Amino acid sequence: MSTPASGLAQIGKSVFIKGELSGSEDLYLDGQVEGSITLKGNSLTVGPNGQVKASVEAKGVVVQGKLEGNVQASDRVELRKSAVVTGDITTQRISIEEGAYLKGKVDIHRTDTK
Amino acid sequence: MQRSAATLAERNYFRGHAVRMSSVSQTFMKLFRGSSGPETIPAQGSQKFTRRSSGLGELTRIWESAEGLCVLDLGSTSPTNIRHFTEHGHRIYSEDLLTASTDPELLIKDEHGIAALDSRKFLADNLVYPAAHFDVVLCWNLPDYLDESLVKPVVGRLWSVLKPGGMLLAFFHTRDAGPDSPCYRFHIVGPDTLEMQRIVLRREPPRGPAGAARTAGSDGFQLQRVFNNRHIETLFRDFASIKFFLARDNIREVLVVR
Repeated sequence: MSTPASGLAQIGKSVFIKGELSGSEDLYLDGQVEGSITLKGNSLTVGPNGQVKASVEAKGVVVQGKLEGNVQASDRVELRKSAVVTGDITTQRISIEEGAYLKGKVDIHRTDTK
Repeated sequence: MQRSAATLAERNYFRGHAVRMSSVSQTFMKLFRGSSGPETIPAQGSQKFTRRSSGLGELTRIWESAEGLCVLDLGSTSPTNIRHFTEHGHRIYSEDLLTASTDPELLIKDEHGIAALDSRKFLADNLVYPAAHFDVVLCWNLPDYLDESLVKPVVGRLWSVLKPGGMLLAFFHTRDAGPDSPCYRFHIVGPDTLEMQRIVLRREPPRGPAGAARTAGSDGFQLQRVFNNRHIETLFRDFASIKFFLARDNIREVLVVR
């Protein structure tokens, strides 16, 4: 199970945030968030203790905990084996580990790079 | 759990409807399930094997010749299936109905005081899609393992979310399969080839005020009933057509068209 890299913005497991969360750096989230998360051009990692009820827009999204809401990732989405995701996922690439739970749609949007 | 399993076997699936399960079937199910409940089978979670599927072969021709299909997979979340459909340019929806049916909040008691699942609540929380949304529904072996009170409502909802002409694939055990046939998840690994992986529950089935989840034991989901061909035809009577494929492994594959 991956741990947050040093220097990465972190929200610890005792933190609860309600509202709009946005930023311009990668974020490791192990607490609770309700609302929306926007990290355009950056990545969100929901840690094993993370509980997110929010729409998520980011470059990359890694989920180890619980996420309820639609995910829009311009690059990739990774659902680790402990992930429990309820919501639609729109991304270019997706990887899902054995054991992950997903209730929702997976829509792959490919951009041609020549 | 043992009592509810025996009760399930004795209860008539088509209760309240014109078509009723024959007494022969009921007697069979009593013998089939037995009075002592299911025996424990050692967990073999990593055990996988492949089988050929004629129904899948027919569906493959559809999704290889069409673009942008909308597919609903009702089995356990399968990375293999998600990859399979997204690589073909289709949209896939994943919804694990068997797991959802173990929600303890669904447990109620019916007018006879018998534990049942609240099908209205179940359909309010699950299979919530616009009408005529899907081109293909992969039901796998869901009807055989789903609680009796949910089977008919779920099939009715599937009819409404399928497009006219849309197809549904389901697997049904034959009597020869035996009462302890393990529940599998299905991964599409070839045009007509499925990889089967036994489902092992990671934790104790949830318990609600009316008791434990009725379809799940500590070793996995339990076969609830065996449909004969007439029951299957009745179950899908609102659909336009139905096609049976008999396999060698005591499974009948059914491909229905809305």
